Amino acid sequence: MIEKILLVSLVLFMIAIALLLYRVIVGPSMPDRAIGLDTIGVNLISSIAIVSILLTTKAFLEAILILGILAFIGTIAFSKYIERGVIVERKSNR
Amino acid sequence: MKANKLKTNDLILQFTAKIVFFIIFFFSIHIFFAGHYTPGGGFVGGLLTSSAIVLLVIAFDLKTVRKILPINYMYMTATGLILALATAAFPIFVGKPFFTHFFDYFDLPLFGKTSLHTAALFDLGVFLVVVGVTMTIIQTIGEDE
Repeated sequence: MIEKILLVSLVLFMIAIALLLYRVIVGPSMPDRAIGLDTIGVNLISSIAIVSILLTTKAFLEAILILGILAFIGTIAFSKYIERGVIVERKSNR
Repeated sequence: MKANKLKTNDLILQFTAKIVFFIIFFFSIHIFFAGHYTPGGGFVGGLLTSSAIVLLVIAFDLKTVRKILPINYMYMTATGLILALATAAFPIFVGKPFFTHFFDYFDLPLFGKTSLHTAALFDLGVFLVVVGVTMTIIQTIGEDE
């Protein structure tokens, strides 16, 4: 029973990722794509958690944390590029 | 997109980066030391440490980060390579084959009975090389105007 519920939620996450992929490809502006990629990362984290319940293993918990960190840094880098046009500044003008 | 000359204020980003840097850094240390029994190790730990430094570089700028962490990353790579090579070459001098590792149990204060393995030293070399190479690449690309 619990396995069926987990599989159904996994399928729902896959549908959500497919819809977000549509937004990433079609998205009219760059911020749409950045937010779409960030949300794909969050959905992937949830899918990894469900897969690790299905396989009854704790080996993927580090992968969840690492994916969260990388999605965070990637989104910040994207948004800084969109706002400033540069990711790594040599010297900020303050 | 051109860089605008308006005065911008990244208060939230910089405050978040200051806290999240330590979370990512300590998690990378945990990943590094957990590598013997659970997933992780020198490579992932090094990548996480360098991503923590990259977060600082994105939130602030290269000059500030260089003032915070005055490290020459090329020397860091060289130190890691020398450490890994020395760990691998040490058994030759005691009459064992190349790359033989040793381990033993020690009674450390505060940790209790701990098993120490020379593979951790080799992993530390990998860690230093990964951090050094990644940060060298990012600094070199970031300085290019």
